[in-house]
Amino acid sequence: MKQLELYARMAKARAFELALADLWTQGLISGEMHLGTGEEAIAAAITARMRAGDAVALDHRCTSVLVLLGVDMAAMLKESMGHSDGLCRGQAGHMHLMSQRHLAAASGIVGAAGPTGAGFGLAAKLLRRGSVAVAFFGDGAANQGMLLESLNLATAWSLPVIFVCKDNGWAITTNTASVTGGDLAARARGFGLVVQDVDGLDGSSVDAAAARAFRRARRGQGPSFIQARCSRLDGHFLGDPMVKTARQPMKQGAEVLRKIMAAALKSGGGSLTDRASSLLSMTRLLVKVRDNRRGGRNDPLVRARRVLRRRHGTEVSEIEETVRNEVRDALSLACKDVSQWRG
Amino acid sequence: MARMKLDEAVDDVIAQAMAADERIVVIGEDVHMLRPGLYTQFGASRVLPAPISEAAFVGAAVGAAMAGLRPVVEVMMVDFIAVAMDSVLNHMAKVEGFSGGTWTCPLVVRAACGAGYGDGGQHGQSLWGMLAGIPGLSVVVPSTPADAAGLMRTAIEHDGPVFFMEPKLLTEGWLEFLGRGGREMLEFDVPKAGAEGVVPDPLPAVPLGQAVVRRTGRDLTILSLAVGVHRALEACAELTASGISCEVIDLRSVRPLDTACVVQSVRKTGRMLVVDEDYTHFGLSGELAATALEAGLRPAYGRVGVDDTLPFARDREAQALPNVERIVAAAKALCG
Repeated sequence: MKQLELYARMAKARAFELALADLWTQGLISGEMHLGTGEEAIAAAITARMRAGDAVALDHRCTSVLVLLGVDMAAMLKESMGHSDGLCRGQAGHMHLMSQRHLAAASGIVGAAGPTGAGFGLAAKLLRRGSVAVAFFGDGAANQGMLLESLNLATAWSLPVIFVCKDNGWAITTNTASVTGGDLAARARGFGLVVQDVDGLDGSSVDAAAARAFRRARRGQGPSFIQARCSRLDGHFLGDPMVKTARQPMKQGAEVLRKIMAAALKSGGGSLTDRASSLLSMTRLLVKVRDNRRGGRNDPLVRARRVLRRRHGTEVSEIEETVRNEVRDALSLACKDVSQWRG
Repeated sequence: MARMKLDEAVDDVIAQAMAADERIVVIGEDVHMLRPGLYTQFGASRVLPAPISEAAFVGAAVGAAMAGLRPVVEVMMVDFIAVAMDSVLNHMAKVEGFSGGTWTCPLVVRAACGAGYGDGGQHGQSLWGMLAGIPGLSVVVPSTPADAAGLMRTAIEHDGPVFFMEPKLLTEGWLEFLGRGGREMLEFDVPKAGAEGVVPDPLPAVPLGQAVVRRTGRDLTILSLAVGVHRALEACAELTASGISCEVIDLRSVRPLDTACVVQSVRKTGRMLVVDEDYTHFGLSGELAATALEAGLRPAYGRVGVDDTLPFARDREAQALPNVERIVAAAKALCG
């Protein structure tokens, strides 16, 4: 796949999610708004290989994949605002988006994409030979029993499933490494899957892995596991208190810091060493949060632009202009009856 | 005596209990971030951040409780208990029964519950009816900071498994984390008396299975818990104006259920209305009807609950939940 095409897909996903962020900030979207910013290279490369008849099981960061599968953007924006003419008639919201036409379904239960993906794979095998199922989930989900059981099931039944682990190093607000034994690639290998460990911030790397995984699945050669290392640029969800504390400790994090300091001095409880070690691990988390932000070195769009800039500077600008317009049109359509909207 | 927010009061009770008893540990996803005070005071050996593995860490809490610890295990939202349902249904609830009463499982499952902030149908359920249907479990749901503290104290001291459920709409920490995220323009219909209030010191424990009469009346008994109690009390003002005198009972404990309190009030008024944020059918409201029938009463009966999967759209969510308007209409229908 050409880098410019990948970039166009990534830019579209980003533009759409920035529109969601804007609506959320204006108070027009309720609930836990999880963005997939930082996962665009993965979403762009994987979805580019999907075709009609393929199915996809998604987690709570589902919007970038759905945009790239061609789900109507205005319908998703309306759904996210709870409008009755939204994609799911305002019943599901942004965490549980689904479209039968695209065989795409998200869930807010961490790990649930595993079993659903396996089931989508079974249906593909029995009803639509040559079709595949993709399951998107994070490294946090890779500690869920149901996800691990699905890896086994997919191998045991030789299902055409591609498990895509978007490894951003976080399990909600926990450093995944601190709650994970061994490594995920080795786990998946242990279940008999073909494993590829790739730089998920680089579309071409993901694309190469996807080519192999899709080929295997379409030929009936069984499931694959792609571990794609990426970043999480907007926290667990918008308004993530750890992000606010890390970026503006005095203004936004005062309440948390007050609690921590009061507790550190309370009588009774752990030793001085215990307390110091708790404080240290909290500080480390905040530093980890601070290092990941849009426009920074772990932003896949920044990386892609750096590669394309010299030879394709004009095309990059054109792509950005095009996706901005597309998203702006969808936004205008979705918000035309929303009196509080500040466009 | 201090004014406290509901979650502050609960965390405070846990901190006191942990300082006094080394067997008490806190386990759960993100507990370092959700309970930064406890994490700092007691360290990572007693406040254990867990992977997103509910089946494993709730199951492990059961084993730990059987082997001498007294865990307070957090599953964030009660919706997620579904992932760990085997350890709930087939293990924690069965230890005492299987051992002929000789082995207990002193465990508290702390879970946030309820809707009202637009989080959709997988994050806003109540589920206390489903859980209370399992013999061997206790299920408590406070509606005020003082009760929350008292019930948590009781739950920690109890020798069996207790579900301690914390209504998110009454819990500033959860509401900010999941609903507001710093957006001041958002409005949530938070009952003030439930979210913040006076917590007595020393703290009286609230026994399991003890309801409290929040308001006395002659014509109709309203049975509720959690946010529903506050909605019912608000409805009473309007009903009084229509000449209907309501008694409001806050059940506080779903299992064991204070059947004596329920029966006494329904015998007096001859009418009962259940206001329940959990699912309407096959749950608490049906159980309360059975309680009255088994006592030989034949009251006029109604219920206001959640009939279907909670809608994401906030206006529809507000209609789906027991609100003042629905309570007033149901009460008038019973007393008409």
